[in-house]
Amino acid sequence: MAVFLARRLVQAVLILLGVAAITFLLLYYLPADPAVLIAGRSATPQMVAAIRHELGLDQPLIMQFLHYVGSLLHGDLGRSYTQKTEVLPLILARLPATLVLMAAGIVVEVALGLTFGIIAAVWRGGFVDRSIMMLSFVGVSSPQFVVALLLLYVFAATLGWFPMSGFGTARHVVLPALTLGVLGAGWYARMVRSAMIEVLRQDYVRTAHAKGLSGRRVVLSHALPNALLPIIAMVGIDIGQFMSGVVVVEAVYGWPGIGQLAWQAIQQVDVPIIMGVTLVSALAIVLGNLLADFIAPFVDPRIRSQ
Amino acid sequence: MNKFAKRMGLAALLATSALVPAKLAFADTPTNGGDIIVTYKDDIATLDPAVGYDWQNWSMINALFSRLVDYKPGTTELGPALADSYDVSDDGKIYTFKLHPGVKFTNGREVTAADVKWSIERAVNPKTQGPGAGFFHSIVGADKMTAGTADTMEGITAVDDHTVKFTLSQPDATFLNVLALNFASVVPKEAVEAANGDFGKHPVGSGAFTLKEWTIGQRLVFQKNADYFVKDRPHVDSFTVEVGQEPLVALLRLQKGEVDIAGDGIPPAKYLEMKKSAEFEGMIVDRQQLETSYVTLNTQVKPFDNAKVRQAVNMAINKDRIVRIINGRATPASQVLPPLMPGYDQNYKGYAYDPEKAKALLAEAGLKDGFSTQIYTSNTDPQPRITQAIQQDLAAIGVKAEIKAVANPNVIAAGGTQGQAPMVWSGGLGWIADFPDPSDFYGPILGCGSAVAGGWNWSWYCNKDIDARGQAADAMPVPAKAEERNKAWAQIFTDIQTNEAPWIPVFNERRVVAKSKRMGGPDEIYIDPTRVIDYEAIYVNK
Repeated sequence: MAVFLARRLVQAVLILLGVAAITFLLLYYLPADPAVLIAGRSATPQMVAAIRHELGLDQPLIMQFLHYVGSLLHGDLGRSYTQKTEVLPLILARLPATLVLMAAGIVVEVALGLTFGIIAAVWRGGFVDRSIMMLSFVGVSSPQFVVALLLLYVFAATLGWFPMSGFGTARHVVLPALTLGVLGAGWYARMVRSAMIEVLRQDYVRTAHAKGLSGRRVVLSHALPNALLPIIAMVGIDIGQFMSGVVVVEAVYGWPGIGQLAWQAIQQVDVPIIMGVTLVSALAIVLGNLLADFIAPFVDPRIRSQ
Repeated sequence: MNKFAKRMGLAALLATSALVPAKLAFADTPTNGGDIIVTYKDDIATLDPAVGYDWQNWSMINALFSRLVDYKPGTTELGPALADSYDVSDDGKIYTFKLHPGVKFTNGREVTAADVKWSIERAVNPKTQGPGAGFFHSIVGADKMTAGTADTMEGITAVDDHTVKFTLSQPDATFLNVLALNFASVVPKEAVEAANGDFGKHPVGSGAFTLKEWTIGQRLVFQKNADYFVKDRPHVDSFTVEVGQEPLVALLRLQKGEVDIAGDGIPPAKYLEMKKSAEFEGMIVDRQQLETSYVTLNTQVKPFDNAKVRQAVNMAINKDRIVRIINGRATPASQVLPPLMPGYDQNYKGYAYDPEKAKALLAEAGLKDGFSTQIYTSNTDPQPRITQAIQQDLAAIGVKAEIKAVANPNVIAAGGTQGQAPMVWSGGLGWIADFPDPSDFYGPILGCGSAVAGGWNWSWYCNKDIDARGQAADAMPVPAKAEERNKAWAQIFTDIQTNEAPWIPVFNERRVVAKSKRMGGPDEIYIDPTRVIDYEAIYVNK
């Protein structure tokens, strides 16, 4: 186990370095010149050159990159071009909101997905199954923007059950989490359904039924644990995805997450912020997958013995 | 709430029974107090007056700091501010200002002449990385400072604690306007140093408000400065800026009374609906600003190096149709200067829409069968749609224009690269004046000095004679020869357009802001020509 973890950690560091290098290179070759954007419209070429020098953009690419990685090892993500402030505090300030939404979104989508997936599998082929599959299809193909605005209009603007915008209380998180959850639940429902159908066909399930166990007990205690593995892997992926920011949902609900920061930085070619957010997202994806790998053996003894 | 509704009903009744003066008196008396909420989609980048240069933070910085001179609310008229009086030498090169005594920064220290000198030097210093450095070019020593070879500017001297003197290398009629820009705001050195490179998040000034709270990504709370040196200002006790607010949601919240000013205005798709709805009556402020949206024609790229071709495409564009595409939120433009700008020529008609004449002119230029070219545009709505309309108009005279819709920074990069972009649609990046003076529409976008790599003269237009005429106009002393100077500039702009047509001026876009019914005051303080929103002058109706 220790060897496995150590190997994954080394892999993680290499992945992060690779992500840093690729992002840096891509941003370097963008046609936009950050110094021109900072210097403004009244600047002379001399002023642009002076700012380029201040930012270290007049150095060769490899020096710029080494300098960046050097600072990174000291936990320094650099200073934002447009905000003229440290990048790390900007990201950290938005991290709580991102974490809350990530967790709440995953709870909703897994809860909905499991419930409907199991129901569909148990009554497969029937009207309920077909309705659920139909709904899940609508869910996965609905645009976030539409669903977010719809929920906001009905439950916040019209009914007034929830605040329209902001962050801070439990009531604020309901609609954003519901939007993510409803849209993501379709994937989970479909996956749970097919995994469960697979498992329900197994001999040991038939044995359990034959022993006279209640249907509920067979499904929940005997079949379900074996169908959970793909769900855990998927949660691992979702952690990474939600941590890298859910721009649309954040925008509609005024949610102060990382996505909005990234989106604005991209529009302004604020390279240090783009780099910082990319690295944090990459880290989250790596950690999410690591977590899934780590949990899997506890859920499925077959992996442990391998 | 009930009482308020009744009052509004009464006001409406008074208005309908022709008692207009009574209603005006009611609306014109600012009342003090109240806490208001303003929303924006984007985060506030910085509140450092030497750095902030976007239309969200501009008005907030303006309210946090004060300057030697400032505009009267809602106008383009300059008046005293930190300076009680000033004196200009006969040759127009020396400006001496007397500071208002006893003005204090919100950290309690008195504002001195040395602070004025230090603040402007800071704005010019390349280490600050500010976008305003170029405006101060006429002060002696600015060139050495921007080149990084000097740490102070000899052209600014603190004669005594309350007297500051500026020496210019050449007369500059726009100098007072420059001193009213946010970049010339006076900041306390000790606070800048204490902030350790983070002054933009911890601003200290001597303006109408102080920053009380900033929760990143959520809200900024600005509180009234009780010691503000301007009498009876500001009116509101505080304003809270909530960021990250989607414009459509902001409007919903405005309807419910949760928001007082939706700073991003009304999305184009909702504009007509809201404008026609009785529910929103009195909540929409829709005003002209100092803006022109245009297409640059690159005078260094074939076939636009031929003035006849540039004139021909000027005649090909149906500007009325383009204005309809954005729901009438603009007025077709005939010339470079916007109508509110001094020097705008009301009698100048520019190039009328005439595809037949355009085709004839193209034939004269030897391009009977048209030609192929490219037009760059910002990729955010409605800019690509507007560019498509331009593309169709050009196709009608045989010009095939390929649309290059890219992100804003890439449009700027393409425009500023020699020989790259034959045409650029400026929409979304348009030229909004920094100050109400016609020279601001020449030097940085049409002058020879800006026809350089990384510059904003995307026509790459450079006419040495016109440059000389511009310099002569700016050497005229103001206000003594203001009228003559405006005439000179008017002639410069119409000459450029008539003879060489480096632009297609397309329209002058209006700004739209939505506000709650309880907000008082005239429209021009919600869309102030120099401040965007004038937080000092707005008030809540009681």
